[in-house]
Amino acid sequence: MRIWIPRDAAAKALGADEVVKAVEAEAARRGIDVTITRNGSRGMIWLEPLVEVETGQGRAAFGPMTPEDVAQIFDGGPLSLGLTEELPWLKAQTRLTFQRCGIVDPLSLDDYRAHGGLKGLERALSMTGAEVVQEVLNSGLRGRGGAGFPTGIKWKTVHDAPGPLKYIVANADEGDSGTFADRMIMEGDPFTLIEGMAIAGIAVGATKGYIYSRSEYPDANEVMAAAIAVARVEGVLGQNILGSGKAFELELRVGAGAYVCGEETALLNSLEGKRGTVRAKPPLPALQGFMGRPTVVNNVISLATVPVILERGAEHYAGFGIGRSKGTIPLQIAGNVKRGGLYEIAFGLTLDRIVNEIGGGTASGRPVKAVQVGGPLGAWMPVSQFDTPFGYEEYAGQNALIGHAGLTVADDTVDMMAMARFAMEFCAIESCGKCTPCRIGAVRGVETLDRIAQGDSSAIPLLTDLCETMKSGSLCALGGFTPYPVMSALTHFPDDFTSQAREAAE
Amino acid sequence: MLDSVDIATRVEEILARHKDSEGALLPILHDVQESFGYVPEQALPQIAQHQNISKAEAYGVMTFYHDFRSKPAGQHVLKLCRAESCQSMGADRVAKHAREKLGLDWHETTPDGKITLEPIFCLGLCACGPSAMVDGKVVGRVDEAKLDAILGGLR
Repeated sequence: MRIWIPRDAAAKALGADEVVKAVEAEAARRGIDVTITRNGSRGMIWLEPLVEVETGQGRAAFGPMTPEDVAQIFDGGPLSLGLTEELPWLKAQTRLTFQRCGIVDPLSLDDYRAHGGLKGLERALSMTGAEVVQEVLNSGLRGRGGAGFPTGIKWKTVHDAPGPLKYIVANADEGDSGTFADRMIMEGDPFTLIEGMAIAGIAVGATKGYIYSRSEYPDANEVMAAAIAVARVEGVLGQNILGSGKAFELELRVGAGAYVCGEETALLNSLEGKRGTVRAKPPLPALQGFMGRPTVVNNVISLATVPVILERGAEHYAGFGIGRSKGTIPLQIAGNVKRGGLYEIAFGLTLDRIVNEIGGGTASGRPVKAVQVGGPLGAWMPVSQFDTPFGYEEYAGQNALIGHAGLTVADDTVDMMAMARFAMEFCAIESCGKCTPCRIGAVRGVETLDRIAQGDSSAIPLLTDLCETMKSGSLCALGGFTPYPVMSALTHFPDDFTSQAREAAE
Repeated sequence: MLDSVDIATRVEEILARHKDSEGALLPILHDVQESFGYVPEQALPQIAQHQNISKAEAYGVMTFYHDFRSKPAGQHVLKLCRAESCQSMGADRVAKHAREKLGLDWHETTPDGKITLEPIFCLGLCACGPSAMVDGKVVGRVDEAKLDAILGGLR
């Protein structure tokens, strides 16, 4: 009997390891021989730990499983969900980047190949670097870390830059609350990231890559390091990748709890062994990046999407999406939501569909008050903006951003002024200290919000003014985007700022 | 107790492992902390010399990052996520409960040296919050009862 039980951190956090032990004990008790594979997560976090059993018709799902209920895997019962592939939440998705996540054994290269893996790399090896760059350009892929810069243009800059040594850096410093796509792909399908980075190396002429991950992700780091070791032994990495004569080496590095290192220039400084302070641009990292050499810095999801683009062609990928937001986006539906998880779909869904239909509304059962899109630097979207289609320009038009596509749902008990204060407090803690608007501004922001909380409404214009200064005067997105959650809270929920003032004054 | 010769020897071993690595300061500091449980002040000049930087620079890097400790933590480290997704599921309430129950504020250790309480900003468990990390192991949907059970297991 073949059984899959995820090793994904979310599944583990909900008891997957204990379920494994219980399944083994139950199988032994019944005298049944079981083979348990620790796969990645299918992304339906509310059903984790999701146990799957191989049947003649496909894999059958059971969840959310508990150690007490494992008999149902053998006998059936209320936790039996039918065939995994037929679950409506999964069936309605367009899985390209996450096509293998949750399906394969994350550390089996044979399994990876059997599910379409390495086809993109093989194709890239038959092309010139410039042709690979053009293919990525044609796909319309944009930076999934949040900035949305066209990946192909970045690659072209590095491709055209002279220099004997170039680098590929995967930004896996996924510090935004509400996001876990990088973690999931690293834990569930790490070879996809490795393949994407190798393709990037071939495209721009880089022979060395770094994955800069987080110390908050020990499970992802364990899988990623093991996958790199397998790829090296199997010749996917090394001096002669897939027998092509081309070289690409890869190393995993782990940050040390500094949020700002998710910003690409701070990340590069950290990778060089320095304080994670932001660098002024220009020079662009594409020209003077790691160790002053031409460097591609891409988000994990951007790089992990490259294999499927090369495998199926740029046109196939660009056929999905809306406007200038081409392809698919792995939405991460999080926070106070009934059905949270990772949902990959073409750009263009409205927040109403994402939150209310797919997510099923709040976990608490109370009305949704706002959704923060794009992490701690993203705007809080009120219900009145729920018809906004999910896309880079569409969100920019609403004074918001899609960021890394994480969505934090909050119910009507959330105090938006407290959230605004938290945004400023977080910025003050995490500021690298290099530029004044961020370093000092965030501290003043907390103080100003405290004044407002004490009933001093004359501090509201001051807060607005401060946010303007931070937005236009900061070196990077930390100070520059902290005004998004603050100002969206103030603009859309002014009552939360004034009613507290009234209460305090009484 | 470790004497200074012990520290120097073990740090030297760690440095030797990273001698061919580019920009190796973070991996070195991680390994030192892994080995000692903190970064001994005495190790910094040795690391600085190996990396060809000043002691001030090594200190500057070590203190920039939240992870690196200058003193040992308690026997167990409990990290509670304070980020927005976990907040939307009651993380502030759970954190308050933990602080009261332990009699600790953030970054403090119980007088018996058993438990250190730390904030953490996002474990990537945002669809099953509030989340926590106990001695490196992840826990989801932490409420007051689950927290009490965790603390009971650590005592």
